[in-house]
Amino acid sequence: MRIDRHTLGFWVVLLGLIILVQVLVSLGILSPFWETLLKIGAVMAIVSLGLNLIYGFNGQFSLGQWGFYAIGAYAAADVTYRWTQMNNASGLTVLFAAVALVGVAFFLTAKLVARLRGIDPLSAFALYIVATLIAAVIGVQIGIALIAPVTQLLATLPPGLALQIVYLIAVLLGGCLAAEVSYLFGLPVLTLGSDYFGIATLGFTIIVKVLLDNSDTLLGFEEMKGARGMVGIPKTTSWFWVALFLVIVIVLLRNLLHSSHGRAIVSVREDEIAAKAMGIDVGQQKTLAFVLGSLFAGLAGGLYAHINGFLHPNTFNFIRSFDPMIIVVFGGLGSVSGTIIAAFTWALVLEGFLRILLPTGFETWRFVVYPLFLLVMMLLRPQGLFGGFEFPYLRPVLPRPYVPETEEQVALVHAVEEATEGD
Amino acid sequence: MNAQPPTLLERILKGKWIGKGFLLLVGLVVVWWVGGKALQSPSLFLQQIINGIQLGFVYALIALGYTMVYGIVRLINFAHGDVFMFGAFVSYFSVGLFQLHLWPVRVFPGLSPTAAIILGTVSVILLSMVSCAILAITIERIAYKPLRDAPRISALITAIGVSFFLEYFGALPFVFTPNFITYKRPFEIVTWYVKDGIHRLEIGTEAPPGSVIFSNVLIIIIIVSLILLVGLNYIVRRTKIGKAMRATAYDKPTSRLMGINVDGVISTTFAIGASLAGAAGVLYATAYPQVVFWMGIIPGLKAFVAAVLGGIGSIPGAFVGALIMGQAEVISAGYISTPMRDAVAFTILILVLLIRPTGIFGEPEREKA
Repeated sequence: MRIDRHTLGFWVVLLGLIILVQVLVSLGILSPFWETLLKIGAVMAIVSLGLNLIYGFNGQFSLGQWGFYAIGAYAAADVTYRWTQMNNASGLTVLFAAVALVGVAFFLTAKLVARLRGIDPLSAFALYIVATLIAAVIGVQIGIALIAPVTQLLATLPPGLALQIVYLIAVLLGGCLAAEVSYLFGLPVLTLGSDYFGIATLGFTIIVKVLLDNSDTLLGFEEMKGARGMVGIPKTTSWFWVALFLVIVIVLLRNLLHSSHGRAIVSVREDEIAAKAMGIDVGQQKTLAFVLGSLFAGLAGGLYAHINGFLHPNTFNFIRSFDPMIIVVFGGLGSVSGTIIAAFTWALVLEGFLRILLPTGFETWRFVVYPLFLLVMMLLRPQGLFGGFEFPYLRPVLPRPYVPETEEQVALVHAVEEATEGD
Repeated sequence: MNAQPPTLLERILKGKWIGKGFLLLVGLVVVWWVGGKALQSPSLFLQQIINGIQLGFVYALIALGYTMVYGIVRLINFAHGDVFMFGAFVSYFSVGLFQLHLWPVRVFPGLSPTAAIILGTVSVILLSMVSCAILAITIERIAYKPLRDAPRISALITAIGVSFFLEYFGALPFVFTPNFITYKRPFEIVTWYVKDGIHRLEIGTEAPPGSVIFSNVLIIIIIVSLILLVGLNYIVRRTKIGKAMRATAYDKPTSRLMGINVDGVISTTFAIGASLAGAAGVLYATAYPQVVFWMGIIPGLKAFVAAVLGGIGSIPGAFVGALIMGQAEVISAGYISTPMRDAVAFTILILVLLIRPTGIFGEPEREKA
């Protein structure tokens, strides 16, 4: 592996900052208030990076990010809640089995749909729904059967370690669940035009919020306590976990965008028809971006749920779903570094400094000044504060032109040039 | 190349039968479920329908503003719901603080009470409409006009910003305050019930069981909405500005070449849409007499859904879509649970988008240059 100056610099700065924060937290210099804000900033960065992939890089105007965030948060919280408060691994096994089987069902249905060429999208969607339902029912049964052995197995571990393991799996499962829901939802909806897609995803966020409001009655999860808010979730999200997930997401996104898949995703944003003409499966790229973005949102939701140990459906109100959108636009569409900086700035300034600096009674002014700032920025700098700026490590590199090295290759290039000269 | 005739399975799959059957199944379940509820208690069902009509007409007035603005500038004007809220507050202040609805009695003491109330109410509605129109023109000039040539997302984010600003500015303690405020109607409410003919319901008495109740609020909402709708239709179809609006919606650069003042037309569209929202604000507040700074968000979204449902850009579409939304909301609130009405509304939206993305009355999207 070749390590150049930019890569090294990026990693030194990033890891240095993360370790600095960790040291400050450990020494007690950084108060819990600011530590929480930094964690929320990192969580928002993950959500917004997911949205930037969907909207900034792939051009799908999505307001559904907040709904997937909510799904991830509640799913992960339920798993750890059942482990700590009800002393069994029921959430873990049932969710794991269901998610895994639904994933298998998606895979098999995709094969079937590919075999049945010419099937219309609505029929394919109906097949997917049926497959999902069957897989989910079987998965839940398998999960219930697995509860006792898994609980016994985890009980043999030291309690702290077991909790961390359950927590990690819970966050990952929350992300996977969000990704699977987004796949199912995206199948029919991704074919819509931009505004219709936006309004359908907004509707998705509202539906999720209403369902969470009724989670104890309608969905039957009594521990979620519906509109009263879910309490008693272990506060396991440390700065280490958030930073780890943020780094993983950044690297994943960077490597994706530097691959041919990444270029295909960007080409769909630039011109769908031209992309199709170049042989790119537009629908597949849209699905890839949407599912990955939702996966990030679900992971971030799982992390968020364990910061304060408290979840309320009002956190997932659709009004807040504009927050990641605003962060992405502030940071600059299609700019990874801009999104990260904007997310941290958003958390530290709006929730931190303004809350402390403004005298009491003027706290409501935050939300009067914030849209005004937004308006001024839209008028003066519509490309975002860091529009076009990117850390060198994250900057997309075009593939190098082909340089023939051996004599055979040189001869081949000459032959091709001669053959195409007449055109 | 095998020339075998398609098997039965292939024919089923190619004929979109699975998708159609799936939709049919969903539709049958809904019809069976609603029908069952209706047969259980017909009078309650009729009552819900009437409540739905009342709500639907208010949504129709808001939806028209969305559909007109979207038709011309292709912008989801998120601030529209807050203009609606502003209209409700203007009427609250004009009735509660300044007693504007009583001016006919003071100026013409000889006027009959009925005429005085009608005149007073109409003037309250007109004041709200004019204030909303002024607000909308201001918003359009300050926030949207400089972004006319910017990417669409910039205008959309700006609209969200304007919406936030109006809400939270209204929430400040010296503006509208963050609390619920009881709304004072400009007229007395009169209720009738229908059972073996129409009877007036005296205040303080209960309607007999099995009867259907309606009030003068319903009648006023229907009459005002229909008058405004006919007026709007007249403006769009018969007047010069209406022709200019249709031309601008069709092709902006060409209409500019034809000597149409495009900026003026866009401002007028915003003003007309906002004045309809202002009237809707007054009607909504008289029907559900509470005002609060965030009251415009959900009706605004519902109205937008109604506009999409009917086919965005189409005036009769917005009207039909709003009536459907009103019924869906009332029936789901009455028979499932009140919070579920939002989920049902958006589920309908997603289903309609799947089956007919351009809405009921919408024309297939044309390629825009």
